[in-house]
Amino acid sequence: MTLLETAVDMSTDLGSATIPSPVLTASGCSAFGRELEPFLDLTAIGAVVTKSVQLRARSGRPTPRMAETPSGMLNSIGLQGPGIDGLLADDLPWLAERGARALVSIAGTRVEDFAELAGRLRGVPGVLGLEVNISCPNVESRGEVFACDPVAAADVVGAVRAVADPAQPVYAKLSPDVTDIVAVARSVTDAGADGLSMINTLLGLVIDPDTMRPVLGGVTGGLSGPAIRPVALRCVWQVHAALPQVPILGMGGIRTGLDALQFVLAGAGAVSVGTAVFNDPSAVARVHDELAAALAARGFSSLRDAVGYAHRDAT
Amino acid sequence: MTTPTGHGGHRGPLLSRPVPVAGRAPVQRVAEVADARPAGAYVQLTLAAPEIAERAEPGQFVAFAVGGATSAMLLRRSIAIAATADGQVTVVVAPHGPGSTWLAGLRPGDTVDVVGPLGRPFPAAPPGGPAVVVGGGYGAAALVGLAARLRAEGRTVAAVAGAASADRLCSVEELSRIADPVLVTTDDGSAGRPGRVTDALADLAGDAAVVYACGPMPMLRAVTDVATAAGVPCYVAVEESMACGIGVCMTCVLPVVGEDGRTRFARSCTEGPVFGGDRVRFADVGRLPWDVVGADAMGVLAP
Repeated sequence: MTLLETAVDMSTDLGSATIPSPVLTASGCSAFGRELEPFLDLTAIGAVVTKSVQLRARSGRPTPRMAETPSGMLNSIGLQGPGIDGLLADDLPWLAERGARALVSIAGTRVEDFAELAGRLRGVPGVLGLEVNISCPNVESRGEVFACDPVAAADVVGAVRAVADPAQPVYAKLSPDVTDIVAVARSVTDAGADGLSMINTLLGLVIDPDTMRPVLGGVTGGLSGPAIRPVALRCVWQVHAALPQVPILGMGGIRTGLDALQFVLAGAGAVSVGTAVFNDPSAVARVHDELAAALAARGFSSLRDAVGYAHRDAT
Repeated sequence: MTTPTGHGGHRGPLLSRPVPVAGRAPVQRVAEVADARPAGAYVQLTLAAPEIAERAEPGQFVAFAVGGATSAMLLRRSIAIAATADGQVTVVVAPHGPGSTWLAGLRPGDTVDVVGPLGRPFPAAPPGGPAVVVGGGYGAAALVGLAARLRAEGRTVAAVAGAASADRLCSVEELSRIADPVLVTTDDGSAGRPGRVTDALADLAGDAAVVYACGPMPMLRAVTDVATAAGVPCYVAVEESMACGIGVCMTCVLPVVGEDGRTRFARSCTEGPVFGGDRVRFADVGRLPWDVVGADAMGVLAP
């Protein structure tokens, strides 16, 4: 599937990096991109946002790892992955050989872990930038993720920005499970974040009425899908209103081009399509086409003109 | 041959080989339903999907989007391919939840978004005696294409089809045209001999070159135990719940022993659904044993 040619200029920026499409995969929802190759052109989408990588290979949690919920799902994968060595040896070269751009999601349990990962990714071909996952709910200290504390979040982001390749923008991925997301957004941008990814999953629970126990092996899990879209959109809106100069990569339940349009109008310069890929493996390319058509139908000649447009004064 | 480590693994050398990937990549299509007919407790659904039919190999599956374009059920339903012919793909749907019930309600002329063929097919049979296929419930449907391929290769094929009751047997007629003997078992004795598929398999396993099985996990575990005890390699097509079917969601993992003898959480969709039975650590499904690669990073350490 190739992306539709329209009159609308769909190019956008992730910090200092310009990309041809504002629609990206979402971390944890497209592995490392390889499995989507039969269904779309990986070089035409904005970027492959990788599953979060850590210093060491991780098995992830025992099954069951997911439960379907109304217009969404609950997951508790536990960041299964090859570790940074596997990513550098295998997945990133595979993407680079094809000319696909990677926004590498990094995760860790200590500030030093994040900084070491950023250092290992300096100058690696095909790495467009870093998304700092300070908000995964499926970690050992549930509810105590870095992104719930403005100071801890800033410590991680500041450490990453200090070590990361200057050519690689650093996006901080925020959690909606906070009292004041604007305070966290302000804190991490003050610490050097070039942009914000919003939002990660919300912490949720499903109980099996037959076994009368939690469905997931990990008990709680991250809620994603269209069910969380209004929450995500509200977060993007609030942060863009408070920090209009800070680039936002919006995500949370985007399934169609009109969903993506809402995020753009609220202030996102680019969007990630996550859980919808499970339903439709070509969703990232389809959302690009639908968004381009929706922008054209509303008279926009450039995506950039539509970013934050819903915040305009009433006339 | 390798020896697996860990408390949940089989002892001694493994009899199965890691299963190679399929020859061709999957496609995504909106397919029209050509035929839908009840088959006991199930519905046999035939789709016009030529690109999937021509790519499919026995043991592979397709993944359906359910409920239409605005459905609130987002996750794909993965179902084994029962047959391919004349540009059509047939599956057997067992209605149990809202998604599978929606699929079972499709009528000729309806359309459905389907991705396939997915997963790794059954590997070729090693040389020697008969190949035995063992199906539990609607799992037997996934073995019909395999049995036909084996016959076409000149192999002798024996089959066991079992279920809880007669209405939950599947594909017995199709298997009877290919395999000899075809032994039928039901838990309640309402058809064939009363008992489990493993009782019938015990009569056949001694001479077999290979055993292939598809059905519920407890059955696959029991079939693997019988085959392994008889020194026969066994390949099982597992049924794990999958959110995507294409390898991106990481929800369908099982602890599986690899070529190097180490256990990893392997995706049932892209690294399965066919695994060497003695490579699946059935006793550890739903657990995180310390010797799974990467368990140490989860804080699970060797005792």
